[in-house]
Amino acid sequence: MNNIDLIINFSYVISAVLFIFGLKLLSSPETARKGNLLSATGMLLAIVMVLFSSGLDYKWIALGLAIGASVGVFAGRKVPMTAMPEMVAVFNGFGGGASLLLAWFEYISRYYGAGTSPPLFTSIVMPLSIFIGGITFSGSMVAYGKLSGKIPGRPYLFKGQQTFNVAIVLLAILPAVLFIWNPLTGYPWFLVLIAMALIFGILTVIPIGGADMPVVISLLNSYSGLAACAAGFVIRNNILIVAGSLVGASGLILTNIMCKAMNRSLRNVLFSGFGSDSGMAAGGEQQGEVEPISAADAYYIFEAAHSVAFVPGYGLAVAQAQHQLREFGELLEENGTEVQYAIHPVAGRMPGHMNVLLSEANITYDQLVEMEDINAIIDSVDVAVVIGANDVVNPAAINDESSPIYGMPIIEAHRAKTVIVLKRSMRPGFAGIENSLFFGENTRMLFGDARETIAALIDQFKE
Amino acid sequence: MTAVFLTFVFILSIFLGFEIISKVPSTLHTPLMSGANAISGITLIGAISSFQLGQTTAGIILGTAAVAMAAINVFGGYFVTDRMLSMFRKKDTDEK
Repeated sequence: MNNIDLIINFSYVISAVLFIFGLKLLSSPETARKGNLLSATGMLLAIVMVLFSSGLDYKWIALGLAIGASVGVFAGRKVPMTAMPEMVAVFNGFGGGASLLLAWFEYISRYYGAGTSPPLFTSIVMPLSIFIGGITFSGSMVAYGKLSGKIPGRPYLFKGQQTFNVAIVLLAILPAVLFIWNPLTGYPWFLVLIAMALIFGILTVIPIGGADMPVVISLLNSYSGLAACAAGFVIRNNILIVAGSLVGASGLILTNIMCKAMNRSLRNVLFSGFGSDSGMAAGGEQQGEVEPISAADAYYIFEAAHSVAFVPGYGLAVAQAQHQLREFGELLEENGTEVQYAIHPVAGRMPGHMNVLLSEANITYDQLVEMEDINAIIDSVDVAVVIGANDVVNPAAINDESSPIYGMPIIEAHRAKTVIVLKRSMRPGFAGIENSLFFGENTRMLFGDARETIAALIDQFKE
Repeated sequence: MTAVFLTFVFILSIFLGFEIISKVPSTLHTPLMSGANAISGITLIGAISSFQLGQTTAGIILGTAAVAMAAINVFGGYFVTDRMLSMFRKKDTDEK
């Protein structure tokens, strides 16, 4: 290693430290922005330093950087916040795709093209790298399609799907072994493996339904880190391994949090489209009946309330009602009502979806309350307003052992003094499970599009 | 020996990752994810450092694509995370 390489590698140590501090600061709202900036500084340092390596083909690097930077900056600044779930999915995919391309590039330029046989360790990590990278890429693209509505969000299941997926993984071992056996003549096997990884990525994500998306997104996030890690093994670069495993760990933690919030194992999420295996128990007799309410009548309830807790779900994002909600919340506060927003960890389509949505509408984060905290005080809440949420407030999770969602932690809105549910119709939610909350004695159903309904409530208040 | 050394780095970093990110409030789940994703664009460093002169056409295409894709990840990831975090406000300190 010559001097310049030594300096470059030492600068990677600094970058790694900046990434670590950056991630640490990301865990508190006060310091998060600074953390992101630190981490970006670490990246910038690494990019600048690596450009000092000897013998680089700057022409093409500059082209790639120019394309990537302009697309990235444009997307990062212009994509509306409401499109965040699909945006995150695309970025995850590109991370995996880049790692796949890097391993491929390394193989043909250093080994296959030059006719030099790679060391055994490298031949083993190369197939690994393209496999993880490929799954991440195609899986994320399917997730993107589902989140942006280009592919229907419902789970696609076919008979023997699980067996088929297991078969693909086992089958993928064959080309991998053949490649490792003789890496120089194994190029065709290398390509077969890429194709299999891409197909496998599609097949693992396509059966997963919309409400399970937070888990999938977190998992793909983790994969994108592990892919970078694997690529780091291929080119024997420390900084790729360190940064990649930090991301891999963070994604795994999120995946775990999401699974816990749904009371399901990762295996269950990945291998059974929600609702497909649950036998769809009719959920017993529904006692009570649905009591609709008009916006005008709801106004009187709100007007008299001392405390209101909004419980948003994916429906809020679909109706794009966050700005109306903020305005309504402000009117309530002017009226002397305490307003909170209770957020379930898996509400929406990605981890933290509701928080981003409400923050975009200028709702301050100290008004956003986590599930445990709202449940502790929910008995004293005068009105709980459920907006486009369903399974995350379904009491069956607590009191109906036969329910497929039994055991899932929920926001216990049914314990509030009055519950007002904003809903388009009585159609059951994504999981197809009846929600006894809607039939509760203290529940009133306010039917209609969430955005129009809230606008109507605002009008009532202004009069 | 390199293999052992790299595996060491890998294992320790995974543990480090679990340590530093174990407690994140759910408010920050999305920014954490997109911020972490920007870091996974670190592949860019690998793609640049491997891009030596004298590539074949196929190499140039793959290498340039790898650099571009990773750069989208890096730039897009950091910018979007920053934009998101700039919207997370506390009640009293409404500066922007």
